Amino acid sequence: MMDIVYFAWVRERIGLPREQVETSAATVADLVTELAAREERYAAAFADLSALRVALDQELSDFDASLAGVREVAFFPPMTGG
Amino acid sequence: MRVQVQEAGFDLGAESDAFAASVPEAGAIVTFTGVVRDADAGGLVAMEIEHYPAMTQKALEAIAQEAISRWSLADALVIHRYGRLVPGARIMMVATAARHRKDAFEAAEFLMDYLKSRAPFWKKEILADGEADWVAAKDADEDALKRW
Repeated sequence: MMDIVYFAWVRERIGLPREQVETSAATVADLVTELAAREERYAAAFADLSALRVALDQELSDFDASLAGVREVAFFPPMTGG
Repeated sequence: MRVQVQEAGFDLGAESDAFAASVPEAGAIVTFTGVVRDADAGGLVAMEIEHYPAMTQKALEAIAQEAISRWSLADALVIHRYGRLVPGARIMMVATAARHRKDAFEAAEFLMDYLKSRAPFWKKEILADGEADWVAAKDADEDALKRW
């Protein structure tokens, strides 16, 4: 089981702040493909990966990264702190 | 180093004074404060700031630690708020303390550039007409990281 968390408009578009998924995805990109195939709201959220960032276990990462040993995956738009 | 992520407001004067008093060896203290602005006067009702609690503290600590090492700072302080903030409210502050002002200024700019694009916060503007828009990251903010 993997925890997936969503923030900002990704959370709003998908309609959930977090969920647990059973997945055998090897990389973030594989996971995105699985999620996008689920329902229209997921497809809409993941339509443009250049507008998204990903963090693995609370560290910024990228879509090619392996999910081996990862417990929490976060998807969100580019950050706007400060 | 002190990094504080909080919903509550903070007292800029008291924080600045306490920070300065804690670094007697520093001859230069730089502080920066970010405030909710109403660019289009009267249009903005509030700014809602969301963050990623499990990641925010450690991301900010890593950025502050990098600033301390690179500019040999005596200390650094970061306070960043989340939640619903009204125009005029303080969003965040950074303070840097160094022996000389150049290092304190540069380190403060570095902290701000990294906070903008690498700290997991997202801002949503709530407008008077009922609209709500997520603030988009600017290419210029990402480009600003390259100078460091």
